[in-house]
Amino acid sequence: MYFDNAATTRMKPQCVIDAVCDAMTSMGNASRGAHGSALSASRVVYHTRAKLAEMFHCKRPDHVILTMNATESLNIAIRGAIAPGSHVITTQMEHNSVLRPLYLLEKEKDVTLSFVKADKGGNVKPEQFEELITPQTKAIVCTHASNLTGNVVDIEAVGAICKRHGLLFIVDASQTTGVLPIDMERMNIDILCFTGHKGLMGPQGTGGMCIREGVEVEVFKCGGSGVHSYDKEQPRDYPTRLEAGTLNGHGIAGLYAALNYIEEVGISAIEQKENSLAMRFYEGIRHIDGIRIYSDMKAKQHTGVVALNIRDYDSAMVADALSEDYDMATRAGAHCAPLMHQALGTTEQGAVRFSFSWFNTEEEVDAAIAAIRELAEE
Amino acid sequence: MREKTLQLVISFSSTAHAMAVEKYCLEHDLPGRLIPVPKEVTAGCGLAWKAALSEKEILLEAFEKENITYDGVYEVLLR
Repeated sequence: MYFDNAATTRMKPQCVIDAVCDAMTSMGNASRGAHGSALSASRVVYHTRAKLAEMFHCKRPDHVILTMNATESLNIAIRGAIAPGSHVITTQMEHNSVLRPLYLLEKEKDVTLSFVKADKGGNVKPEQFEELITPQTKAIVCTHASNLTGNVVDIEAVGAICKRHGLLFIVDASQTTGVLPIDMERMNIDILCFTGHKGLMGPQGTGGMCIREGVEVEVFKCGGSGVHSYDKEQPRDYPTRLEAGTLNGHGIAGLYAALNYIEEVGISAIEQKENSLAMRFYEGIRHIDGIRIYSDMKAKQHTGVVALNIRDYDSAMVADALSEDYDMATRAGAHCAPLMHQALGTTEQGAVRFSFSWFNTEEEVDAAIAAIRELAEE
Repeated sequence: MREKTLQLVISFSSTAHAMAVEKYCLEHDLPGRLIPVPKEVTAGCGLAWKAALSEKEILLEAFEKENITYDGVYEVLLR
């Protein structure tokens, strides 16, 4: 049984697998030529941009940049859109894919950082961001939902603060795309970073970023672009500016199929199912003696993640027992979210993370509840 | 080489813009197709939209109306 969907969704829609196989037998190199194979790749890539733009309310498909994953997108955004000497606000809820690029800017570009503290329940409030704004503040970089607890940040309220103060707003939506609705316009997001292999249910090695019109992100790599070959510099137009080299066309074909699948099913149906599975799990374990739950299951929005510990047991030991004795995949340890573990007081113990997906069932959840009960009684 | 006639060629600054035009034209039954950009337009690589010269007005009007991005409009001798 697979409960590690916050790391990657292992169960993919069959149409995604078929699309990758089809692409590998037919597709040429996107943006490299006008013959049928190249054009078929270019079409899939463009249709994927258009579909992502529609899904996230990005006005321009050509401002949808396709990358390897959310980490790459966040690196491009943070390092390419934040000027040296800026003050940047972020949160304790962040993943290392936000923290480490920011620490690098701190070290190399005289950027200063302030962290919105998470409370004991692992939540941050929008007004905390506003309290940290100084005249030097240029940007807020914020996750949409914690990868550790599934707790959601009210990014619409944070986006309104950014708009009011003229700040760049970069959002890490690794845990929420395909699960919660995202509207760049309504939420005032300047750069939305996401991965293709989690909630979007596409292949690994796919991801992207949506850039609002007028937002400048500097070149991070140069090379083949399929256009303007005699120019010495990387072309300035998006998406070419940020997409040197051959794209992962085969993976993108799978991502496109996944986006169509999600469109057909509906994000609200996915949200509802994942929430209902997480809630069933939570209700099944919350009264078991010795269980501590870190996810805020009473919040109005939540992803399908439940993080817990059993007594003072090492989370790695619990996850190993779940894997070896029950054939259940969960994630133990620090989850690349060091500050969140500090906030929750779990730096030493780590936590056991269950993360449910569209393809999990109530029967699987009930088996997980029974396993936790048995382990807690040991 | 085959006989050449004067044809309409529309260039783009990125492949994404070229693909947007192809998608729009297919959806709206507008004439033309994507070709490798001819050397008369730019000495690089990339895609261009080729159509009969007589279709110039109808295409450019549609692009204008839909706010479609393109780079330049050329009349080129092509086969």
